[in-house]
Amino acid sequence: MTGTRTATPRKVLSALFVAGCALCVGLALVPLGFVLFFVVSQGVQSLNVDFFTHNPRPVGEPGGGMANAIVGTLILTGLAAAMAVPIGILSGVYLSEYRGSRFASAVRFAADTLNGVPSIVIGVFAYAVVVLPLRHFSTLAGGFALGIMMIPIITRTTEELLLLVPNALREGALALGATRARAVFTVIVPAALPGIITGVVLALARIAGETAPLLFTSFNNRFFSASLSQPISSITVQVFTYAISPYEDWHRQAWAGALVLVTIVLVCSMAARLAAARVASMRGR
Amino acid sequence: MNPPLVKVRPVRDPLPAAQAETLKIDVEHLSFFYGDKRALEDISIKIQPNVVTAFIGPSGCGKSTFIRTLNRMNDIIPGARVEGRVCIDGEDIYRAGVDVVAVRRKVGMVFQKSNPFPKSIFENVAYGLRINNLTSNRSELAGRVEESLHQAALWDEVKDRLHESALALSGGQQQRLCIARALAVKPDILLMDEPASALDPIATQRIEELIYHLKVKFTIVIVTHNMQQAARVSDFTAFFWLGRLVEYERTDKMFTAPSEKLTEDYLTGRFG
Repeated sequence: MTGTRTATPRKVLSALFVAGCALCVGLALVPLGFVLFFVVSQGVQSLNVDFFTHNPRPVGEPGGGMANAIVGTLILTGLAAAMAVPIGILSGVYLSEYRGSRFASAVRFAADTLNGVPSIVIGVFAYAVVVLPLRHFSTLAGGFALGIMMIPIITRTTEELLLLVPNALREGALALGATRARAVFTVIVPAALPGIITGVVLALARIAGETAPLLFTSFNNRFFSASLSQPISSITVQVFTYAISPYEDWHRQAWAGALVLVTIVLVCSMAARLAAARVASMRGR
Repeated sequence: MNPPLVKVRPVRDPLPAAQAETLKIDVEHLSFFYGDKRALEDISIKIQPNVVTAFIGPSGCGKSTFIRTLNRMNDIIPGARVEGRVCIDGEDIYRAGVDVVAVRRKVGMVFQKSNPFPKSIFENVAYGLRINNLTSNRSELAGRVEESLHQAALWDEVKDRLHESALALSGGQQQRLCIARALAVKPDILLMDEPASALDPIATQRIEELIYHLKVKFTIVIVTHNMQQAARVSDFTAFFWLGRLVEYERTDKMFTAPSEKLTEDYLTGRFG
């Protein structure tokens, strides 16, 4: 009898905690829900085929779209990835292979610091090292700035994932006469690949939404451009420009741009998860 | 009861003297250190070709450490240091300038926990062949893979799903796959570090039968916790205790009439 009675406060407490957790989850999801709701409800109204196929029109002329900005964002993130993926993965491999060394701790600290540097500062840096010497804004400078932001994310993700690979796999490869480098690149990195792919795409999704590093590197361009040495439009900068403008028509375009950006990021994240699941299932895990 | 003290006495050599020049493995005065800690002390042992030698002893006695000195797997442990000589076919593998990769190709190893790579069954066996460039074309590669799987008594179970993931195999099959993978590079010596300790009795029996068949072609060294297993599979047994080799003897003799009191106590379950 006493046993059941003393258990009651414990059960109540447990229920309270579960309810508290559920409440917090709900609260955390509210902003996300509102953001998505507003972006979708406002953006959908101004989305049409023209938005994807036309460049911006001058002020006062109705219509037009963000074709140049969509292509621009793709080019900029592509450039950033081309720069950051090899550097990031290889430095991640270095960190996990030489994790005890002093230099590795210094690199790890540097990567974490770089990860925390405000993106506007990265923009200023790219302005100083790319824009000033070339004497004009360019796609290259924007891609460079985004690439700098991506490197520490990919480095640290790669390192963490490589450390999860069981040491037994390394020993197995070494025992078959593999050199250390061979073991790393034929067994350990492939074993961590599904996770690394996810990490890379999530990093891409993150930098695709950056505005600050692009403001004075790739700047903006009202016309279509695929040139690396010219300023280029991007969705984020275009949304920023339109959103602070006094024109109702541009505001609507900004909402549509926001919706397209959110969709791209969402599709990227889902594609990453699918790709990782595919790779993992091919290995029967 | 307190564990008995180790008597430092030269280990009697069970090999007939005439065979000394045909030794496969000849270890002389080997000591091994993890940093300042001495894990193995002055071990000397001679192993003939085409026999199975079992290393037994309680946990932490150094038998796993010792087997890993035979293919220099301990090299990857930071702070590890070796003194003494380990000669394979008369050549000291710790001599300066020795190619570690070549040593490990000659001395294959199977681990306690099966460790197939997250690749297909075929690619697991082909791995050592590929990285060492041992085959010149695809059909030769496929032939060696099949031959190795036959040797490891796994071919019939996997021949229809060579390109499926190795991780889908059962524990016992995975361990035989690891044996096939080790055999593919045609080593002379096969080191097995408790190869059956994570397997059920039936899978264990298959591994033991396999060892029996493999000794025709290979020299096998097996670490085991299981004394019955040592008695079943091995020709010679070495008993380790606190980093020392206490007794090295023909298995039938050691299990019936050990010459050391310590060995007898261990074999009869008085400690360990």
